[in-house]
Amino acid sequence: MIWSGFLIYWAYPIYHAGPVRIVPNRLFEALHGDHRLADGMAMHFFFMWLFVVNGILYVGYTLVSGEWRLLVPRSLSAFRDAWYVALYDLHLRKEQPAQGKYNAAQQISYTAIVIMGMGSVVTGLAIYKPAQLAWLAALFGGYTGARLIHFLLTVGYVLFFVVHVAQVILAGWNNFRSMVIGFEVLDGPVAPGDVEAQGS
Amino acid sequence: MIDRHSEIALPKRELKRELRRKTRRDFLIAGLATAGAIGGYKWVTSARPENDAPWPERRVLNFDGKLARGYLSDSHLMPTYSRSEVGYLKPNGDIGVEDPIDEETWRLRVVTGKGSPMFNLRLSDIQALPRTEMITRFCCIEGWSTIAYWGGVRFSDFTKKYFRPDLKLPDFVYMSTPGEDYYVGLDSKSAMHPQTLLAYERNGKPLEERHGAPLRLVIPVKYGIKNIKRIGTIQYTNTRPGDYWAEEGYDWFAGL
Repeated sequence: MIWSGFLIYWAYPIYHAGPVRIVPNRLFEALHGDHRLADGMAMHFFFMWLFVVNGILYVGYTLVSGEWRLLVPRSLSAFRDAWYVALYDLHLRKEQPAQGKYNAAQQISYTAIVIMGMGSVVTGLAIYKPAQLAWLAALFGGYTGARLIHFLLTVGYVLFFVVHVAQVILAGWNNFRSMVIGFEVLDGPVAPGDVEAQGS
Repeated sequence: MIDRHSEIALPKRELKRELRRKTRRDFLIAGLATAGAIGGYKWVTSARPENDAPWPERRVLNFDGKLARGYLSDSHLMPTYSRSEVGYLKPNGDIGVEDPIDEETWRLRVVTGKGSPMFNLRLSDIQALPRTEMITRFCCIEGWSTIAYWGGVRFSDFTKKYFRPDLKLPDFVYMSTPGEDYYVGLDSKSAMHPQTLLAYERNGKPLEERHGAPLRLVIPVKYGIKNIKRIGTIQYTNTRPGDYWAEEGYDWFAGL
């Protein structure tokens, strides 16, 4: 969706950060993403279905499995803890805050990305059908407002992706393996309570 | 069954074996899933083209269009604006309107179907119909949009006058420039939408040549590509008409 959105954005790449274009022409040319508006639109309106179905399945699974309890921050202190996690990861703080399966920064990111995904769907619908869904576009400040939000969310995904991949690389093999196989092997003594099944 | 969130203690050797087995199996599955996703993407995007779009994408575009057509309603309106909000309108496409037009000899040919009358109308015939003004957003498929102020006759009012009322309105409307260099296909539902105008005025003045004089289509429920300039022919038809940009890889429906 980001790639096809990139092809579409080429035709009217107006957003600036100060005097600088957020997506410069050179980037379109370097990635061969120029002059491909029709291509991008056909792709976007094909893969949008996968995006939505995938999102529904993912959120549905976390709800049914109860996994959402581990992913959604439980209190406002998550924001403070996330800040500490960031400082710890940047080696500016010594102690890591206490955490469950996911730390507070992960909880906030993984919850935010789902909300962003929903945001992309609704702002996308608003710019896709600004006449039929004029009320929806109006919620986002009209057609141009919805387009801007749709764009900013995409910038958000790119940033998420960069940080996410960097963190996975930094966390090492054991963590990466756990992402794929679903569990992690830890060294150390086992307390009696650990063996019991929790939360089932 | 082992609970997903529990921590379990296993003897070291057994653990290592189990870990290796799981790692092998799950990485194989993940690898196949990734390869499948990449293969699926390659297959979809490089499939045989149908009107310049890979056929799976073309079929889905058509499906999306049918879905949107089902939802389309005369009561779903493009927001309207005030005169002070009118912006600059870029005269984007000039296919079929490159040459100067002689408005005296220009005629609008109206084809209403087999065995039904055909018309060759002058601009004054069209101006004799009820006049409607409208200030709406004009959305280009490129992504830009502007507020434009139009005057003309509703296509539905025009149809009431020139299409035989005793016949069922065909599903589609075809419009082309006098030389048929540019042409658009429309579903009748969008064409009959109350905001669809045959426009002969912009900003309260006669339409300029670069904006499609003497008569152009203004259809806010479609992208700019469907807002054909300098209409030469209007034809009511039951077969889905060709469309200039839909043959170049764009969506045929192109509805907003």
